[in-house]
Amino acid sequence: MKTFKTAVSSMLATGGMALMSTAALAAGADLGNAAKQETNWHAIVMFIIFVGMTLGITYWAAKRTKTAADFYAAGGGITGFQNGLAIAGDYMSAASFLGISALVYGSGYDGLIFSVGWLVGWPIILFLIAERLRNLGKYTFADVASYRLGRMPVRTFAATGSLVVVIFYLIGQMVGAGQLIKLLFGMDYIYAVMIVGALMMIYVTFGGMVATTWVQIIKACLLLGGATFIAFGVMSRFGFSFEALFVKAIEVHPKHGAIMAPGALVSNPVDAISLGMALMFGTAGLPHILMRFFTVPDAKEARKSVFYATGFIGYFYILTFIIGFGAITLVATNPAYLDAVKGGLNLKGGNNMAAVWLAHAIGGDMFLGFISAVAFATILAVVSGLTLAGASAISHDLYASVIMHGQATEGKEITVSKISSICLGVVAVLLGLLFEKQNVAFIVALTFSVAASANFPVLVLSMFWGGLTTRGAVLGGTIGLLMSVIMVVLSKAVWVQSFGFPAEIFPFAYPAIFSVPAAFFFSWLFSVLDNSPRAAQERAAYEAQAIRSETGLGAEGASGH
Amino acid sequence: MFTELVRKRTVFAWTLSIIVLVVYFGFISIIAFNKAWLGTPLFAGSVTTIGFPIGVAVILSAIILTGIYVYRANGEFDDMNRQIIEESR
Repeated sequence: MKTFKTAVSSMLATGGMALMSTAALAAGADLGNAAKQETNWHAIVMFIIFVGMTLGITYWAAKRTKTAADFYAAGGGITGFQNGLAIAGDYMSAASFLGISALVYGSGYDGLIFSVGWLVGWPIILFLIAERLRNLGKYTFADVASYRLGRMPVRTFAATGSLVVVIFYLIGQMVGAGQLIKLLFGMDYIYAVMIVGALMMIYVTFGGMVATTWVQIIKACLLLGGATFIAFGVMSRFGFSFEALFVKAIEVHPKHGAIMAPGALVSNPVDAISLGMALMFGTAGLPHILMRFFTVPDAKEARKSVFYATGFIGYFYILTFIIGFGAITLVATNPAYLDAVKGGLNLKGGNNMAAVWLAHAIGGDMFLGFISAVAFATILAVVSGLTLAGASAISHDLYASVIMHGQATEGKEITVSKISSICLGVVAVLLGLLFEKQNVAFIVALTFSVAASANFPVLVLSMFWGGLTTRGAVLGGTIGLLMSVIMVVLSKAVWVQSFGFPAEIFPFAYPAIFSVPAAFFFSWLFSVLDNSPRAAQERAAYEAQAIRSETGLGAEGASGH
Repeated sequence: MFTELVRKRTVFAWTLSIIVLVVYFGFISIIAFNKAWLGTPLFAGSVTTIGFPIGVAVILSAIILTGIYVYRANGEFDDMNRQIIEESR
């Protein structure tokens, strides 16, 4: 507790000094400081309540987690509605809540481009992937990709693709968590990152998928409830008229009318389409999302869960949009929330605070505390889902199938999975510390590009194209993976802004428009050129796979009990 | 029966997928090639631009299309599927 107080007072001291210089802002500065102090305690108390609740659930879940099916897939006992909420919980990360509302706050309409892109992947997942995935797989999407293909190479590839996506995603989440908690709770960055790491290890190692699912569900409810309250508060101040909200926003925003149309986010057609492809197809290649389809009993519930998830996520994105505009009208107009040193629209603690300060403008200290705790819970839930997906790639795909050739006992496999969760937790904390001072804005583009270029093509081809062979899948997928990573590294965000080279080599911001078609093309090419006897067997096995994938005949049962 | 189910469901799923792709990449193409048009006022004198209802409509269409698919897949197609599985026993 003493650390908290020291941290709080030192933060107040620095904040106070920075603001004292401007007499005109003194009143605002006092308000700001007072708010921060109150925030800390409200937020901490509410966060402790959340952690207490989720640890209780983890204890309850731990007693129910005995078999591998329980650990990886909650025994297939989650209903479509619950899974829909949990998927929404997995997907509505802090990046989408704080990031999109900040994007709307800074440039208006541009925020909507991300929201739309992040949503339209869902119908595609439903129409083409969800039920086939549920019918063919057991715990990971590698089960599906390697269903009739060579187990060792395809699983190794799929596990690598999963781990790359999981680790990049974790970096973004951990850095975001550290910065956010440092600001909201007045805690040192290093402790913030370690608390997130420690809690996620507890949830995943003890509670497995059951605990992770319920953490997601609770967090989704809190986040949807909180965001609804903010959006309602905003709209009620404008007589529930969007026109009135927009009039005020245009009046106060320095970009004025420009916020009502697409702006600087996508500067050329190639980037626009490339970003669109990464967002749409990347969603269908995220291992922690794909894994959720194995928690429901059958294809019917899998479909229902996508419908509920799409509804919740779409509703949430419309709310973040209202929140962003609300922040322009209610936060940018109040000097107490603005960064006096940077000036302009810059907010105290960075523009990612737009939604948080708006919560304060609408509901006072208490509600600011609530939203801060929800933001922390959001990160915690997302990293837990990611860790579980990464751990299953290691234990189920690499250990049990590749290293042990499917001969590992269930107990051993779970043990490996738990050890992997702890290792991933440690890696996540270390990466969080390593990247503390880095600008991680490119991470989201990178994660979705890799998922769209490596995992998605192999998954889709393995389900829909009988001609796919092991060689085609592994070579095509690897080309997609390497291309997307290399192109992001050579792009401006990394090559110039992180490495400090004078000019970027890859002229675009997003690689998907090149890497996704390349992955499909080379998977096709190397499959067609593959004349080995194994390839012939793999092609012949497609019919049996198709029957199971279409009807669910012989699919993994509902429960491990 | 099996081929009929697969054919019907595949046609249905791909039709809906193509609608989503056309709607979304149509939206993205407007952003890529004609940003200014999305900034046209919705009607004379309004500050709300055409871009807003279009963006929200893309979001709503995604939700509605998933709803349509789930309705038909969990009803008609699942009934056919159940018959196939029973016959195969």
